[in-house]
Amino acid sequence: MKKLKRLLSIVLTSAMVFSVAACGGQTKAEDDGLIHVGIINNDPNESGYRAANDKSLKEMFTEANGYKADFAYSLKNDEQIAAAQKFITDGVDYLLLSAADTAGWDTVLKDAQKAGTKVILFDRTIDADPSLYEASIVSDMDKEGQQAVDWLKSQNLSEYNIIHIQGVMGSAAQRGRSGALDAEAQTSGWNIVAQQTGEWSADNAQQIVQSVIDAKTPFNVIYAENDDMAKGAVAALDKAGITHGVDGEVLIVGFDCNKWALTELLNKNWNYDGQCNPFQASYIDDIIKKLEAGETISEKTIIMDEKGFDATTITQEDVDKYGI
Amino acid sequence: MNKETNIFKKIVGNQLFIPLVALLILIVFNLINDPSFFALTIQNNIYGYPVLSGSIVSIIDFGSELAILAIGMTIVTAASGGQDISVGAVIAISGSTMLRALCGTNPQPETLRTSIFVAFLVGVIAAMICGAFNGLLVAFFKIPPMVATLILYTAGRSIAAWINENRLPMIYEPKFGYIGNFIPGIPIPTPVFIAAACMLVIALLHKFTNLKLYTQAVGINEESSRLNGINPKLIKFSVFVILGVFVAVAALIKVTRISTITYSVIAKDIEMDAILAVALGGNSLSGGKYNVWASVLGAYVIQFLTTTLYKLQVRSDALPAYKAVVVIILVVISSPIVRDKFSRISKNLKSKKTENGGV
Repeated sequence: MKKLKRLLSIVLTSAMVFSVAACGGQTKAEDDGLIHVGIINNDPNESGYRAANDKSLKEMFTEANGYKADFAYSLKNDEQIAAAQKFITDGVDYLLLSAADTAGWDTVLKDAQKAGTKVILFDRTIDADPSLYEASIVSDMDKEGQQAVDWLKSQNLSEYNIIHIQGVMGSAAQRGRSGALDAEAQTSGWNIVAQQTGEWSADNAQQIVQSVIDAKTPFNVIYAENDDMAKGAVAALDKAGITHGVDGEVLIVGFDCNKWALTELLNKNWNYDGQCNPFQASYIDDIIKKLEAGETISEKTIIMDEKGFDATTITQEDVDKYGI
Repeated sequence: MNKETNIFKKIVGNQLFIPLVALLILIVFNLINDPSFFALTIQNNIYGYPVLSGSIVSIIDFGSELAILAIGMTIVTAASGGQDISVGAVIAISGSTMLRALCGTNPQPETLRTSIFVAFLVGVIAAMICGAFNGLLVAFFKIPPMVATLILYTAGRSIAAWINENRLPMIYEPKFGYIGNFIPGIPIPTPVFIAAACMLVIALLHKFTNLKLYTQAVGINEESSRLNGINPKLIKFSVFVILGVFVAVAALIKVTRISTITYSVIAKDIEMDAILAVALGGNSLSGGKYNVWASVLGAYVIQFLTTTLYKLQVRSDALPAYKAVVVIILVVISSPIVRDKFSRISKNLKSKKTENGGV
């Protein structure tokens, strides 16, 4: 047994050493006329948003489009930084980065600058001097929330009794989407009957809504900060026989524009879905083309267009085009 | 006199005592806070069938998965002296496998590719393989359970996503939803029946097999159980496989509640609740003797606590903090030092009483 264990540990250690050696052994990319990009992203399994984001990047940065792309995925900042360092030593032309955490990027970005690697941030900003990167392509979560809240206001309900299901507390999406609703609830005197975090999980959302139903507190709006939680909330309503959607007792607001969620809108089971645009690839492509042509980027922070869909006006084309 | 203290001792010494007291405290608290907490009503659901509803129904309903997991976790704890922290991730794997079997490569199929029962069996096999993997590491490679199960804890959700190639399967067949909600015409949530069936199975296993004797023997003293002709490796390996079956049942309930799956958050942190249920049931977390009913009761107490906190509008990101308080109290109460002290105090009391009685 002991022997086996020792053998196993030797095998594992040597495997690790070899893999490190393999990383270090790579030389600078040879000149093949392609623009070499290193893409550091969060794990595509994290959410439908991330999966769509990853897919759009993979479709854009192909050899047919003149790119040679390497991908690294991690939800951990230190692993992402290590990947960035590797890409810089590999001599990539562009480093595309969706950082897991806002802090800790200064050193590696300075290294990139020294090595002549241009950095473009997408999806998430970081706390670093703007001179260290070329551009930052982001969603404006405050605007997403505001659009949804404006839409909610335009419904002119006689009273607003809202169940507010939040995302993971402190995340940018949660802060933006909660902030807009909180502000409007204060100014317009909307009544928030429950405000709790479902941590992006349909399970938790179902339990939160169920607890409000059990307490027999009346409500007529569910504002869920992503589609999964809206689905969980609707499952609780179905159980209790409460109607929802267009002409229903309860308005359903979701976010992220998953294809299935937009289909719910199309079927009039939900009322509104706010987009969080995952398709940064074309924006990045534009910027790289401009930089390659020697143009300067006038505005460092580029905010993407984002839509909100209403169940009464959504069409099948919208579902196909914007669903993720 | 003596008899009285004996009864008292029996009650306090019973493993069900701690979870029952916790339950009682929660019930009294809710009675004072708002008696309507216990109201039961019958209303029609969206399909027009009458169903029972109320906070108590919600507790028993949503506590089902946890109760099922607590059964398996208790047995694993007893035999291996450690816990499986990968159950949440294995729920994701098993659930994903079931949906893959039903949907194939089309994430939102019109018709299901196979029957729900077959899909469930496939999910059971997937979860049993995961259990076997954990069991292999623990039993044969002697890796501590928490470390061994850390592998699937970390990788499981990615594997789950990979099984469905990161698609989002969604089932529109109403029969699938019956399992996680209500069967038309029956006013009690289906998960309650599933949990009851699991309890029945474990009761029968205890009655007609040596499962309990062997697991406890291995947990108490591996060497002496080996000398007595039990194969500790086999027992440890099998308890992880058995846990796999319970995990698959829990996964079935989870995916049928909303007829879909979110790999990264489905049954998130449920392993911690399951371990807490085992501890709350007064079972030693370092293995040995166990009482599975105390764990099941512990699971419902945890769900009772969760539902109460939701009802009180406690921010749900603060829920873990409240649970942590419960854990701290429990761990302190069940620590050997406190136990010794308690038994000494009660002995002193007893001897004093008999002295007084003697005079």
